[in-house]
Amino acid sequence: MHEWPLWEVFIRSQHGLAHRHVGSLHAADAEMAVRNARDVYTRRSEGVSIWVVRSSDIIASRPDEKDALFEPSDDKVYRHPTFYKLPDEVDNM
Amino acid sequence: MYAQMVKTGVDKLQSLDEMSARERAFQERIDADKRIEPKDWMPDSYRKTLIRQISQHAHSEIVGMLPEGNWITRAPTLKRKAILMAKVQDEGGHGLYLYSAAETLGITRDQMFEALHSGRAKYSSIFNYPALTWADIGTIGWLVDGAAIMNQVPLQRCSYGPYARAMVRVCKEESFHQRQGYDSLLALSRGTDEQKRMAQDALNRWWWPSLMMFGPPDGESVHSAQSMRWKIKLFSNDELRQRFIDLSVPQAEVLGLKIPDKDLKWNDERGHYDFGEIDWSELYEVVKGNGPCNRERLSERIRAWNEGSWVRDAALAHAEKNIHRASANN
Ligand SMILES: [Fe+2]
Ligand SMILES: [Fe+2]
Repeated sequence: MHEWPLWEVFIRSQHGLAHRHVGSLHAADAEMAVRNARDVYTRRSEGVSIWVVRSSDIIASRPDEKDALFEPSDDKVYRHPTFYKLPDEVDNM
Repeated sequence: MYAQMVKTGVDKLQSLDEMSARERAFQERIDADKRIEPKDWMPDSYRKTLIRQISQHAHSEIVGMLPEGNWITRAPTLKRKAILMAKVQDEGGHGLYLYSAAETLGITRDQMFEALHSGRAKYSSIFNYPALTWADIGTIGWLVDGAAIMNQVPLQRCSYGPYARAMVRVCKEESFHQRQGYDSLLALSRGTDEQKRMAQDALNRWWWPSLMMFGPPDGESVHSAQSMRWKIKLFSNDELRQRFIDLSVPQAEVLGLKIPDKDLKWNDERGHYDFGEIDWSELYEVVKGNGPCNRERLSERIRAWNEGSWVRDAALAHAEKNIHRASANN
């Protein structure tokens, strides 16, 4: 018989941050994926919530589109607070 | 190491001028310490070498569970048993992180298992030695996991993103492995004469095979040179071995154990320990399949895989049935 499908695992730590990708695993179904994720990725209190999603359901941007997608933001320095030089008295704004 | 003598499929190092534009851009990214990610273009030889290296590393993690798993039911106290179980469970996790990293390169988990079971893929030579007494379990944690740490810490900075990230997770857990092993030896070395003898005997048997884990001197090996150029190997075998010896000698002294090497001596000029000659013919025999436990480890592994096959099939059949049921109800 064929392999169990691949799942991507996301864990939210107790510090209130968003779920973060931690790795992947094989499991026959979603329920087993959550259980295995608990065993593999939260053995040392790494998280309080688990998301799993089938790897084949993830749609990713393509590496060859990298420039087209991300370069336009490189020359827009005015989007950053450091672009604005303010007088010393108010510079902690 | 957990991956030893990995071939790269190249017979000569190319200069930047000899490379195609794509190859040059790839090498320049690596030279600039940028990470390579799964969907990026990469030379076929880089991909294949990484598959070999990462899968060998993964196989070592799970085959390494066998000698330790054997001792879970015989651990001397409940505390040691709980610790050993946690350690062996970690090693299973390490195998999984690494298999997952290799899968991003376009090989399936089943293909990797098939390569292991058929004997085409290797795992570390160290796991072909027997764990004869309880003291061996402590010694494995101290020396074998200790040697693995030497190699895995720099790999956190290797050029392939998924491999580097797997190493970050592994390294976080590895320090516990080494410390629990040392702690267990500490108990023996402060125990009865018989316990001390047992600890010394384990060190006598594991010391040299641990040094062999780092592999033979790289010398003129084109494979080592290529792997270093690709930054999937960051230090030479001899450098890591020396570092390991320098750290281990004082640790053995604290245990009151004697390292079985009459040539071992601090060299002030080098700032390192000198040590005796390693019998490389032993390593080559073990790698060829003639170590004390090669056949036993592989047949154990294959038996476990085959006996689990009905569970894997049943779980998948159950999952598929649930999908059909759900769609019939809609
Ligand atoms: Fe490990
Ligand atoms: Fe370990």
